[in-house]
Amino acid sequence: MLKKRITATLLVQNGIVVQSRRFAQYLPVGKPIITMEFFDDWGVDEIILLDISATRAGRGPDYNAIKHCVSRCHVPLTVGGGITNVEQIIELIHSGADKISLNQVIHNNMSLISEASVLLGSQCVVASIDAVCVDGKYVVYDYIKRKPLPIRVGEFSKRLQDHGAGEILINSVERDGMYVGFDHDLINEVCANVTVPVVCLGGAGKPQHFIDVLENTDISGVSAANFYHFSEHSITTLKASLINNFNIRHDTHAKYIEHPLDCSGRLLKRCELELQELKFKRIETEII
Amino acid sequence: MNQPRIVIVDYSIGNTYSVLNALKTLGYNRVKISSLEEDINNADSLILPGVGSFAACIGNLRKKNLDIVLSEAVLEKKKPILGICVGMQMMATVSEENGVHRGLDWVPGSVRKLETTRCHYVPHVGWNTVRNRNKHGPFFSTNNFPSFYFDHSYHFECDEQFVTAECDYGMNITAAIRKDNMHGVQFHPEKSQKNGLILFRDFFNSIY
Repeated sequence: MLKKRITATLLVQNGIVVQSRRFAQYLPVGKPIITMEFFDDWGVDEIILLDISATRAGRGPDYNAIKHCVSRCHVPLTVGGGITNVEQIIELIHSGADKISLNQVIHNNMSLISEASVLLGSQCVVASIDAVCVDGKYVVYDYIKRKPLPIRVGEFSKRLQDHGAGEILINSVERDGMYVGFDHDLINEVCANVTVPVVCLGGAGKPQHFIDVLENTDISGVSAANFYHFSEHSITTLKASLINNFNIRHDTHAKYIEHPLDCSGRLLKRCELELQELKFKRIETEII
Repeated sequence: MNQPRIVIVDYSIGNTYSVLNALKTLGYNRVKISSLEEDINNADSLILPGVGSFAACIGNLRKKNLDIVLSEAVLEKKKPILGICVGMQMMATVSEENGVHRGLDWVPGSVRKLETTRCHYVPHVGWNTVRNRNKHGPFFSTNNFPSFYFDHSYHFECDEQFVTAECDYGMNITAAIRKDNMHGVQFHPEKSQKNGLILFRDFFNSIY
């Protein structure tokens, strides 16, 4: 059976991973390569790397930065930001990306999706939508112009699929960095309009939010950004909270099953006696 | 210990760098990304990676004359080869991806579109468990039902005798094939963390 994916999104602004809040405020986190290495070690299922400054600055993708990052990444990598033509897409695949994510370019040139999917297969093309709720309706948000467009999210997703997109990444602008949980209505609207896998982003604040979205929508993958930062083994402990109820991959050496966690998913300190015993336990490095 | 000379076949649209990266992690240092006949003939083992549509991939192979070079290396010189995703699919007789296209015809079989059902979306993207079907023991030394990363809309249909592993996605999907020195996997070992690395290690250990 296919497993639900727990993915991580890295937002990169001018070469630095940042936390984003409602597409407006940014907090620096660190170097992409280190973040990627940690997430890979902690057993993430997929990484989505989005350069949020490229299009605004009129830059294309930074291939060398991608090459540098993927040396520590053994999970599928989706790369987005600054892509405007099919040559760039091919160069990205050569640089170590497995899929590419298109967002801003779709508004001017939707045929790029068809071009890319004919050449690379639709499984390689992710269409990313930023959405906001205006008068009770979900519409597409243009992050460059910083305003909502008069396009309904549901029909837009359908059009993207018809053009050859193999996956939809749906991001809620209002919930971005707010830690309030995922927008189930938005996600359900997208899922109802397409038959390709949908991955959601925006709003994760604690493991319960992942449980809620997996229970209430047909989502194929759940992604988060800020939630994973500044907390050791965050992805592993998240998966420990999900493994009993959902079909997910939980392959890391340390699994933290039955280990006490607090409600935000952080590890609680073990009792002193247990820690004392651990001091004398040697764990051999696994050699492949 | 002498290391095998490995060539990752470059036909312009594969994810060659990801494969190279995985092999480097395992410590293989005689690895080349190449489309040169000389390199392919000198290799101990070949990898045919795959990201791309069938027609574009096989078209590029033919444009670079690699179909002939590879067929000679694999069918006559019996060099072990591992095809990944479309790399495996190209070993088939025929593919139905966007029209009908002739494959390399090394392993009799055809590549067909996955059927979409209500709970099985196409493409089949994500981690799925793989079942061993090889009567002669597992083709990889991981645990019984290892997870691997899949990302495809078409699948390989062939005679049971060539199927070494399969996975479940509403129907049985060929996850791995083998015919003599030709091996293929539908999933992406270069993107499947530890299980993928173990698979590469087992493949190279089995031939060298």
